[in-house]
Amino acid sequence: MIYISLSEIDTKKIARIIAKNSERGNIFCLEGELGSGKTFFVKEFAYAIGIKDYVSSPTFSIINEYHGPINLYHFDAYRISSIDEMEYTNYEDYFYGDGICIIEWATIIKEIIPDFAKWIYFSKDLSRGENYRSIKIID
Amino acid sequence: MTNILGIETSCDETSAAIVQNGRIVLSNIISSQIDIHKKFGGVVPEIAARIHLNVISQIVDQALTTASMNFNDINSIAVTCGPGLVGALLVGVSYAKTLAFVLNKPIIAVNHIAGHICANYLENDFEPPFICCVISGGHTNLIYVSDYDSFEILGRTRDDAIGEAYDKVARVLGLNYPGGPAIDNLAKLGDMHAIKFPQALPDGLDFSFSGIKSSVINFAHKNELTDELKKDIAASFQFSVAQIVLKKTFAACKLKSCKKIALAGGVASNSYLRKIFEIECQNQNCKLQIPKNIFCTDNAAMIAAAGYFCGQNAGLNLNAIPNLKLE
Repeated sequence: MIYISLSEIDTKKIARIIAKNSERGNIFCLEGELGSGKTFFVKEFAYAIGIKDYVSSPTFSIINEYHGPINLYHFDAYRISSIDEMEYTNYEDYFYGDGICIIEWATIIKEIIPDFAKWIYFSKDLSRGENYRSIKIID
Repeated sequence: MTNILGIETSCDETSAAIVQNGRIVLSNIISSQIDIHKKFGGVVPEIAARIHLNVISQIVDQALTTASMNFNDINSIAVTCGPGLVGALLVGVSYAKTLAFVLNKPIIAVNHIAGHICANYLENDFEPPFICCVISGGHTNLIYVSDYDSFEILGRTRDDAIGEAYDKVARVLGLNYPGGPAIDNLAKLGDMHAIKFPQALPDGLDFSFSGIKSSVINFAHKNELTDELKKDIAASFQFSVAQIVLKKTFAACKLKSCKKIALAGGVASNSYLRKIFEIECQNQNCKLQIPKNIFCTDNAAMIAAAGYFCGQNAGLNLNAIPNLKLE
């Protein structure tokens, strides 16, 4: 499934559609270059599943945990240089728990991503405008 | 005289320090600042700097040796219990609890952000009330510190932390990690008014750095990145970011009728930010306090200071709290 977003409002709608079709135990892996809207997507996804907390980037903290009707575990592997470092996050408790995990830069930690994870690819195309994004989801 | 042993392992750094009465730093040992290979001999994998468990004993011993002390001279042990990575925090917390149990000394739980704020008390006589702008790789907060143990969060980032924006822009410009110092240095050679990047100012005292990050990235992708252009991008990016921080911080001062400002966190060691805050504080007749660079980065001296001024007495059931809040 490929969605095209031409604005933040479009991305919001796409995030909500994907959120509405998600369930406990799901893992979403987000891929896309810097500034392609991954964190923005997570913000709207969180809102859609009823998280009321501030959602901010987990690049530094590696994981941010949000509690709501369904808990959301927001990972970012951007700073990870070795899988060993993931041990510090207790990631298995989250990946195989009853919340939803969203992982930015998941390719970096591909070897520990469970097979059942869904992948979402964000691509920009500056020739089509600064706000153009294609958002491709692969089950 | 109260000597507190501080221990910090919330993220990348392993650190131990001894601080007297919350202000006098007797030692402050940080893992990344010492040559582990040289110090401890043998082959240590590069990752060791991040593996707290391998180095914590040596770091604590060195903190004692540097202060010319032994464990009997310590009154209590202060440790970061959050926020941070659970596995990293647990190393410090478990080590502190073990020491406390064996030595029969009290243990004090410290919030990492409170630690950054308390770095402002080290080696001077600065006192609350003040507005503290905590800026680092993971945090961007405006906090009203009405008393040593009283914090009110006035603003926070709605997306990326300021240090993260620096690191990501640095990567796009092909600069080395960590990006903050790299951009700081490059910006000195560029024209800060060459490119106009947007200064997002969300309502109230919140920050947003995602927009300026994307705008710099888009600009970099659309233009040929010559060395000259990189300098101008770095300078213009830094100018815009600094304007945002300056505007929000002074708005917080106005809100609280406060004439004292403190900076804290790793980004507070940015030379341009330090300079424009100095100038603006002079213009607006405000008192400015910024910790020494070594106390801006993650370190245990600030944790010992926070243990003295605003820590929570804890027991041996103390646990790591990855998403610990300040308020």
